[in-house]
Amino acid sequence: MSNEAARSSRTLPLLPALKDATLSALVACGLFFFMIGLRTEQGSTGALEITTRFETFAMLVALVFAGSFLRTLVFGRGPIPLGRAIPPSLARQVASASRFAAPALLIFALLVPVLFYQNRYLLDLGILVLTYVMLGWGLNIVVGLAGLLDLGYVAFYAVGAYSYALLATHFHLSFWICLPLAGILAAFWGVLLGFPVLRLRGDYLAIVTLAFGEIIRLVLLNWQSFTGGPNGISSIPRPSFFGLPFADAEGSFSWTFGLEYSPTHRVVFLFYLILALALLTNWVTIRLRRLPIGRAWEAMREDEIACRSLGINTTTTKLTAFAIGAMFGGFAGSFFATRQGFISPESFTFGESALVLAIVVLGGMGSQLGVAVAALVMLGGFELFREFQLYRMLVFGFAMVLIMIWRPRGLVSTREPSLYLGERKT
Amino acid sequence: MEYFVQQLIIGITLGSIYGLIAIGYTMVYGIIGMINFAHGDVFMVGGFIALIAFLALLAIGVTSIPIALFLVLLIAMALTALYGWTVERFAYRPLRHSYRLAPLISAIGMSIILQNYVQIAQGARVKPLPPIVTGSHTLMSSDGFDVELSNIQIIVVLTTVALMVSFSWLVAKTRLGRDMRACEQDLKMASLLGVNIDRTISLTFVIGAALASVAGIMYLLYYGVIDFYIGFVAGVKAFTAAVLGGIGSLPGAMLGGLLIGLIETFWSAYFSIEYKDVAAFSILIVVLIFLPTGILGRPEVEKV
Amino acid sequence: MSAAAEPILTVDRLSMRFGGLIAVDDVSFVAQRSDITALIGPNGAGKTTVFNCITGFYKPSAGLIRLQHPDGRAYLLERLLNFRVAKVARVARTFQNMRLFAGMTVLENLVVAQHNALMRASAFSFAGLFGLKSYRTAESAALDKAHYWLDRTGLLPRADDPAGSLAYGEQRRLEIARAMCTDPVLLCLDEPAAGLNARESAELNALLKFIRREHGISILLIEHDMSVVMEISDHIVVLDYGVKIADGTPEAIRNDPKVIAAYLGIEDDEVEKVEAEVGL
Repeated sequence: MSNEAARSSRTLPLLPALKDATLSALVACGLFFFMIGLRTEQGSTGALEITTRFETFAMLVALVFAGSFLRTLVFGRGPIPLGRAIPPSLARQVASASRFAAPALLIFALLVPVLFYQNRYLLDLGILVLTYVMLGWGLNIVVGLAGLLDLGYVAFYAVGAYSYALLATHFHLSFWICLPLAGILAAFWGVLLGFPVLRLRGDYLAIVTLAFGEIIRLVLLNWQSFTGGPNGISSIPRPSFFGLPFADAEGSFSWTFGLEYSPTHRVVFLFYLILALALLTNWVTIRLRRLPIGRAWEAMREDEIACRSLGINTTTTKLTAFAIGAMFGGFAGSFFATRQGFISPESFTFGESALVLAIVVLGGMGSQLGVAVAALVMLGGFELFREFQLYRMLVFGFAMVLIMIWRPRGLVSTREPSLYLGERKT
Repeated sequence: MEYFVQQLIIGITLGSIYGLIAIGYTMVYGIIGMINFAHGDVFMVGGFIALIAFLALLAIGVTSIPIALFLVLLIAMALTALYGWTVERFAYRPLRHSYRLAPLISAIGMSIILQNYVQIAQGARVKPLPPIVTGSHTLMSSDGFDVELSNIQIIVVLTTVALMVSFSWLVAKTRLGRDMRACEQDLKMASLLGVNIDRTISLTFVIGAALASVAGIMYLLYYGVIDFYIGFVAGVKAFTAAVLGGIGSLPGAMLGGLLIGLIETFWSAYFSIEYKDVAAFSILIVVLIFLPTGILGRPEVEKV
Repeated sequence: MSAAAEPILTVDRLSMRFGGLIAVDDVSFVAQRSDITALIGPNGAGKTTVFNCITGFYKPSAGLIRLQHPDGRAYLLERLLNFRVAKVARVARTFQNMRLFAGMTVLENLVVAQHNALMRASAFSFAGLFGLKSYRTAESAALDKAHYWLDRTGLLPRADDPAGSLAYGEQRRLEIARAMCTDPVLLCLDEPAAGLNARESAELNALLKFIRREHGISILLIEHDMSVVMEISDHIVVLDYGVKIADGTPEAIRNDPKVIAAYLGIEDDEVEKVEAEVGL
């Protein structure tokens, strides 16, 4: 490959590049003419009318032409050697930099409410990002460590959210009692689903989890008497500061601590709450990875048959990964419910599962820091450029495909061994 | 009885559509052993191309419905096939020797891309199309309940049968079909024996997409509405059909499609329409757990 | 060779069918305790299928596989499902195409092999989660055992490298070390010498003899390399087309006309002729 690249850079392959570009442009014409060049709109009569967008169409085709031309010119016709092009020295530098990045990010996260106390919008965004960091870390146990592709992770998020909402509205249990219950219930559902399906091959498992996620959503949507159907559940109790409510009243949080009441108190509390939950997920994952169960997960991801030959019960090993991942999804779900005060099945679609999966895949399966960075970039980044919000999932989709092509183990894929024999090498 | 017959007709129509989509899943799975998760969205793209092409033809003055429909069929099949080809070339071919979950993740990415691409390009709202093929025949009637067989139902079923026959002929008799069957048996061996693997796999995607686009057209004509999200649910149901029939088996895909169509219709008619998708998804889970080889599939022996 | 002739593994009328294909047909043999028993035969003779039946990966269509532990307990392997053969009956195996955990380090490979012992010590992760002393002791014992086998297989300098980065011969040795870390009673090796050069092959012989001598482990191996088989085996079983055609000491096998015929590919009627010539 390097030879070929070197050769092609000496004699610029103008002709082949031109040929490729023309072909690509022709394909693009076919792909985009009807979909981009024409647009259907409902007119004033209600019937569909056609409008043209030939400029956009021409621009896209020109872009494809230019892109394809440059690609062949620079890389030749072979695969783009991006994955292998990262030199080991750079990889090592990134790895050592990431050792500082994690504490730096943590300190930054801890300081966000202090730095941006006045900026309610940023605090809310921080809570959103942290929720996805937590979901990403939870799913990372299942996908990244155990290598089980779970496309229905949102189901456990939903179980957690509805458990909290129903327990809190019907039995008036406090958040701190509901939180573990929601986690346990989600884990229970994880085991219930996992038990029959975990014998299945990887891709079948993925489809079954997807179906399961959809079933949960559809049941939530249609079981009106229990879940409120599409209207969801509203006036879910908001969290209290360990029993002290956030309100402008006697016995409230601000009253007890002699502070002036401010609605921001609750937001800050929620921020630290989700940060703590996310860090708990992270801590448990890091500990488990260094325990036999965690190593068995990773071994199973590498080679399931070899695991069986070593006497490892792969079904229960998968089940624990599934249940623990589900439990953290349940925690995140009950946090979501208490934060929103309102939940409905709309929040738990397959798109949500795909979003969390994309974060895990982009972050580098198994890498805790990578998942956090991916969540931050993908959610925070798009929040900053709101006008591109529409393109968010499109970019996610492309990122997933390109990552699989170039760096299938994720952008950050330096694996830290779980134990060393000799001195720790640096 | 009349109600039953009426549901049977609806079920068979629906099953034909699922069956056509299921062929795409089953062919790709048979040859490269991957679940082409984006196939449902290719079906959706087919429906959209047909819709836009139809409106465009009307706009440029093609008013004869049969001619317009014929042209729409050609355009949609050709362009959707191009989408199928591009998807394979861009998202799957570079991953052929990657680790086992990579193609599936890539396919999920591709599915997200197609859905959002159509949503951005054509808007998120549902696209209604007034009925193009109208008219129906009353087969039997009693107590004021007529069993109707509409022209569109006839077209759907006849087209499906015609496509199935020609497709079976293609697989059984042509050079391409032979190459496909060889690849299905053993990809490496087929390549050693001079089968052009890349070309065969590409053509598999092309054919699968073309069949899915026909399903898309029929869906559009039958239901009269289409949106960017139909590919997801239809895709999962068609995949269920492929698994139920025995993944890798072409008659199995058709049989599975019919069964899923019938189950869904009868479930809606006799139990609850709200839970019809729950029924389909549950069947998927149950079949994968208890009958992973499907009705007509071959058992797999784990290679140690 | 064995001090007390006492069977460890008794394979009794084992058959395995895949659809219409009979891969193993009515095969019986006995492996003695502390012996090295070799299973040989031309390609496609059904050796690996026999292995997969013994190690719980296939459920045989017919037959009994009885494993007798030194302490007298006996197990019917065909009734134990996959991982239980390794966990309960303590049969370890390696694979023809090697199945290492390539992304994990050499040391991690060996610690994973001690999963069941460590799981118990970590109280199914709860003691381990909070770093209790009982677990730390167990972990350090596991590391000691890993250290021992790394030393024996000459992999100590590579302990913290990913298993996938090892040379081919090293990977073969690592797989044996990993199997030994499960504390097996019977070690099943599927073509351990495949792809090794002469020096590595000799080292392998020494390693297997060491395992048998110092640890009293019985070994069952499939091998093509006759120099390995003839040098280290106490007992050889020959399969051809799924049928056992010979069974005996290396000496006896070397001179068995049926074996010669199977390896040289002589037709059946000619076998009889050959047999007649050597006076059987």
